[in-house]
Amino acid sequence: MTAALTPTTLFGLGGAALVGIGLFMVITHPSLLRRVVGFNLIGAGIFLVFGVIARRGAAAGFAGDPVPQALVITGIVVAFSATALAVALLRRLFDLTGRRDFDSEAPSASQSRGEP
Amino acid sequence: MTILAHVFTLLAVTAGALLFLAGTIGLLRFPDTLSRLHALSKADNLGLALIVLGLLPQAASLTDGLKLILIWLLAQLSAATASQLIAGSLNRRKSGP
Amino acid sequence: MTLLFDLALVAWLIALAGHIAMTREDRNAIVAFIAFGLLLGLAWVRLSALDVALTEVAIGGGVTGVLLLSAEAHLRKPLAQDSAQDRPHDGRRRLGNVGTIAAALASAAVTAGLALAVLALPTPAPTLAPVAAAALDTTGLGNPVTAVLLAYRALDTLLEKVVLLLALVGVWSLAPDRTWGGAPSLAPAVAPEPLVYLARVLPPIGVVIAVYMFWVGADAPGGTFQAGTVLAAMWLIVMLAGLRQPPDTAHRVLRLLLVGGPALFLAVGFLGFFIADGFLSYPEPIAKPLILGIEAALTLSIAATLAMLVAGPAQKAPEP
Repeated sequence: MTAALTPTTLFGLGGAALVGIGLFMVITHPSLLRRVVGFNLIGAGIFLVFGVIARRGAAAGFAGDPVPQALVITGIVVAFSATALAVALLRRLFDLTGRRDFDSEAPSASQSRGEP
Repeated sequence: MTILAHVFTLLAVTAGALLFLAGTIGLLRFPDTLSRLHALSKADNLGLALIVLGLLPQAASLTDGLKLILIWLLAQLSAATASQLIAGSLNRRKSGP
Repeated sequence: MTLLFDLALVAWLIALAGHIAMTREDRNAIVAFIAFGLLLGLAWVRLSALDVALTEVAIGGGVTGVLLLSAEAHLRKPLAQDSAQDRPHDGRRRLGNVGTIAAALASAAVTAGLALAVLALPTPAPTLAPVAAAALDTTGLGNPVTAVLLAYRALDTLLEKVVLLLALVGVWSLAPDRTWGGAPSLAPAVAPEPLVYLARVLPPIGVVIAVYMFWVGADAPGGTFQAGTVLAAMWLIVMLAGLRQPPDTAHRVLRLLLVGGPALFLAVGFLGFFIADGFLSYPEPIAKPLILGIEAALTLSIAATLAMLVAGPAQKAPEP
């Protein structure tokens, strides 16, 4: 077990921890925006684990296996587009209902919008 | 000559890192926003300048050196703008409605 | 020494993630997330993945940061007088204590499982690097990551562009009916003077850097994604400072720009049936010019898509 503990696997363990923290945020945090941030933390952790796999695959004069590296780049862009969609949905939800978290009783649209 | 260059790099980068440390301590310890900004801009301007200066003799080619200087200039530009923006929003909040 | 640095870096990443999860104000969490993105870029450098580091810093730290910060400001604005809504989260959990503990245990179990998987990775590690290196000559490229993105796994990249466009369609669809086809609004009523100055000085430099990143991407770290993100950032800063208004989402040139890159990619892909071995394969003598042409169109499309994703749905009625 200890034989595998190289600087590279250190980042993999860090990535595993990030996934856990992000997952906890996504499940429990009352603020919806914070859940979106948590989703990004999960992504960062998973990409980091994948990056460790790429680094371990160093061969043929390359410092890492280029295939996982390219997939991570694709993944970062896709994660961003998902984040943008989530944020847009959240803003629309807030505009229509005044809700921004799971905790508070959502004020009805008439309450938040009725008084000028 | 190369030993001289290495010694220069070592000294300049160390001095730059120390400035960053001092700036960070100031950022954490100073009481109000404006003096924190002051501490931060010192670290940004001079600390990064010293690190870039120290790395210049290690640059493999002329373009690499120019890129380092460009990075310093861009960091200066963004740091100055960010400080102004933060100070400006602080001013508006103080004198605001 | 480097082990010490790696340890400190990983410790900082985890500490920042914990801060992001625990801090009370959303804004503090987002600022910490931007710092987290920059540190993560350093981690990618330590993993010798410079292309990924550039993408992470530009998208993970930069553009996502702008998106989240502007969303946070929007969620805070209209109900500012309502004290009940303005209160920061006081740690009350919707789930209650038992639910929180269960969630913590489940998250810890996922982390433990992943950690065990990382420690149990096979040695020697399976790798496609030799195959990628062997075929590199036929593409005319020097950067293996660009070769994977634009040649070996071109289908992934093409579909990813489609995902970006679909996300933009989704964002635009959230506009109310009366503003459909109109322009998003980004700039504050009065743009601060320093921001206007930055928006005048930075874009010329940024455009040169973007072109440079795109051009060296064939042989060195860099490429379409990074260049497109830098271009998007330059456009965003000009719009944020109010120097140029965002275009109508129904604007023909904008829509052409958005679709142009993926359309060209698809067209060259189908052309592969006739002049090469099949879908998305390039004839060897002109592989590099074809790839560069696709990359150029893709860079512009990515820049427009990313900037429009940050700008959000239309908020003004369209101009007649």
